[in-house]
Amino acid sequence: MQVFAELMNRLAFTSSRNAKLDLMQDYFRTTPDPDRGIALAVLTDGLGLRLPFRRLVTQLMEPHVDPVLYKLSRDYVGDTAETVSLLWPARKGEGPVPTLPEIHRTLKSLKRTDAGPVLSGWLDTLDANGRWALLKLVTGGLRIGVSARLAKTAIAQAFNHNVADVEEVWHGLSLPYENLFAWLEGRADKPDPGDTPVFRPVMLAHPLEGDDLAKLEPRDWVAEWKWDGIRVQLAGNGRELRLYSRTGDDISRSFPDISDGFQGFSGVADGELLVMRDDDIAPFSDLQQRLNRKNVSTAMMKNFPAHIRFYDLLFDRSEDIRASNLPTRRKRLEALLSAGKFTRASLSEVIGFESFDELTILRDGAREANIEGLMLKHIASAYLAGRPRGYWFKWKRDALTADCVLMYAQRGSGKRSSFYSDYTFGAWRTGENGQNELVPVGKAYSGFTDDELKRLDRFVRDNTVERFGPVRAVTQELVFEVAFDAVQPSSRHKSGIAMRFPRIHRIRWDKPANEADRLDTLLTFIAR
Amino acid sequence: MIHDPATWLYPTAKGLYCAPGDFYIDPSRPVDRAVITHGHADHARPGNRSVMATRQTLDIMQVRYGERAGGCLQALNFGETITINGVNVGMAPAGHILGAAQVIVDWKGYRAVISGDYKRAIDPTCAGFEVVRCNLFITEATFGLPVFVHENAATEAARLVASLSASAHRTHLLGVYGLGKCQRMISLVRSAGYEKPIYLHGTLQGLCDYYASQGVNLGELRPFADQRPDDLRGELVLCPPSAIADRWSRRMSDPLTAFASGWMRVRARARQRDTEFPIVISDHADWPELLQTISDVEAGEIWVTHGREDALLHQVSTMGLKGRALALVGFEDEGE
Repeated sequence: MQVFAELMNRLAFTSSRNAKLDLMQDYFRTTPDPDRGIALAVLTDGLGLRLPFRRLVTQLMEPHVDPVLYKLSRDYVGDTAETVSLLWPARKGEGPVPTLPEIHRTLKSLKRTDAGPVLSGWLDTLDANGRWALLKLVTGGLRIGVSARLAKTAIAQAFNHNVADVEEVWHGLSLPYENLFAWLEGRADKPDPGDTPVFRPVMLAHPLEGDDLAKLEPRDWVAEWKWDGIRVQLAGNGRELRLYSRTGDDISRSFPDISDGFQGFSGVADGELLVMRDDDIAPFSDLQQRLNRKNVSTAMMKNFPAHIRFYDLLFDRSEDIRASNLPTRRKRLEALLSAGKFTRASLSEVIGFESFDELTILRDGAREANIEGLMLKHIASAYLAGRPRGYWFKWKRDALTADCVLMYAQRGSGKRSSFYSDYTFGAWRTGENGQNELVPVGKAYSGFTDDELKRLDRFVRDNTVERFGPVRAVTQELVFEVAFDAVQPSSRHKSGIAMRFPRIHRIRWDKPANEADRLDTLLTFIAR
Repeated sequence: MIHDPATWLYPTAKGLYCAPGDFYIDPSRPVDRAVITHGHADHARPGNRSVMATRQTLDIMQVRYGERAGGCLQALNFGETITINGVNVGMAPAGHILGAAQVIVDWKGYRAVISGDYKRAIDPTCAGFEVVRCNLFITEATFGLPVFVHENAATEAARLVASLSASAHRTHLLGVYGLGKCQRMISLVRSAGYEKPIYLHGTLQGLCDYYASQGVNLGELRPFADQRPDDLRGELVLCPPSAIADRWSRRMSDPLTAFASGWMRVRARARQRDTEFPIVISDHADWPELLQTISDVEAGEIWVTHGREDALLHQVSTMGLKGRALALVGFEDEGE
């Protein structure tokens, strides 16, 4: 536990992705089984423990600390688990530090009434950082900036493998992953997932740029709409069904309506998850209501019904057809879907066209039709993992733009760690006192060159009016032409809107701030 | 009257004032007669007509302020006493930084101790804190919350030394305040067995030279300015905290940034600093040391100057003592 606690602490304070990978690789290479397997489960959120934390904390802290001091401390620290880890009376050395397997074994079979004494016994053996790591582990919410994907990348790289190979076997494995490490270390064969519906790495598209189109022969290409949902993979063996995100996270639990709608499904299919009402695709913000939920209410499923629009098939029942060409896979997909009684499924329409000029007209109308753009797929392409060049292109609708005023800047991380490179910008509205005021509408950290970054950094340093930790408020005078894909309503932002994919399109050193856009203009961009 | 110290020792716009002695302790604005606890800039300010402090504090003020250190400088060393207008003034070690003193004020049989900033943990770069029994103890409360329990300094320094060999491809950039923390950190990594040269940002050199002249062993120090940044991979570089966020740090590629302070105990504070390697070492008393000291001095009355006084005053009252928040201007509870 001590070594794992040190890893958790270092990860929590490390912002660079590569430095995080280094830390994890070092840990997985030097830690024995089964400890590292349990650590891997913790980092990929697979431990599945949920203790009634708040009640436990009250029970545990009561005898140790004055309630006034507890409240002042909690207010200052801002996090309950951390406050407890700091206030816990130091008795480090009371007995041996528990090992990760011991913690896991105990918690699995723990009666709720025993949770308090067991936890406090462990806390007594640890130092402050160890106590913090333990409390984070038992409550599940790590917040150390490590995604499941990053942890899998770390184990793959630690033993010179490709993360796609790890993804292929991942969902057929279980704690503590001893056969996985044995394979990665070259001591055993690749684990065989059998007929478990595991995740298969998805095929990704390149954006269509500049003169790409001129080089393509229309006959060789199939066109489809680019749907504005999230990419998913549906995998089933006739009995068991799983829904994966494009990074291989199992999101089945958030979509019981999908599980119900695909009973008996056998195969692996690629498609877009959407919210559909009758035959209408709802805006992306409706789909967001359904994402990242542990529990889904009946009302939620009724108001935001999930649906998959399919475009490809990787496995027809248990047959791997990824090496076949696109029309073959497409036929098999159509046959498979029409054979079953699958509600909540539809096929992504193939758009007939003679010339790219026709497609250009369709794409220009995409925004009006609430569609993200077009996809172009090479007719002879096999289904290839990753982002192979020259087979699939995404041809997005043109971005929207607005002129916004720089309000806050924050230092970046890694190579940009001493540069103010993350910008929050605002649009004008009429404030309560009748005066014009800026309200933040978005944040961007890309779209400018290194030279522009230097100039922006200088502007921020020379025009700081207030500092909040790593954030600086600046004089409201610099205008950015911001490009973005869409505007969504948002109750989490003061402005009531959220921009999708914002980036700095141009820096308008010349434009006076009072000529920037108003919030009302941005509101008109919200998709109906 | 004497037994209500507030009638003759009280805060004013210029700082804490002792009326019968007609002197100020750590005044925030220039005065005729100042008694200074230690050399940090929020306690020792330039421009006083006469200054009384320990020899080392006076030296530090001269290194920092030169001519402006004060008109007449008078040394009062630990254990010595002097009488100013009938008030006896003495000095006792505070354990904070080199030369740091608690000021002992005796008037008509009543003793007040103004501790300045202090700590109880062992620090080889300065004299250790001495308990002085008194009627009134004036304490700081920089870390006046029970969540602040500093780590063992030697263990923290050993972690840093271990990282210097584990991440040997990265320059370790340690942010420290120039007076006290800088020299203590150097001394700690030396004790942890680190013998390579340590590189200093230009502003840190002067006070390191002074510490060395006072017999504090800092090992080999080299100016950062003479080095090629690529040659400093795996080396330890010390700089003031502000330099980490500043353009200065861009000369190094991918440095590992460390920061040593009691604030590093709390994650949100460490994140605000963008610190990759927080080190929980402080020159201020942590919560247990504050309580220990309040109990050791056996004073009936405790005044709290700067910091998180709410929690400490609450604690003082549960200990059955009389407490009071001294609203003194000009002290930084953030700087450390």
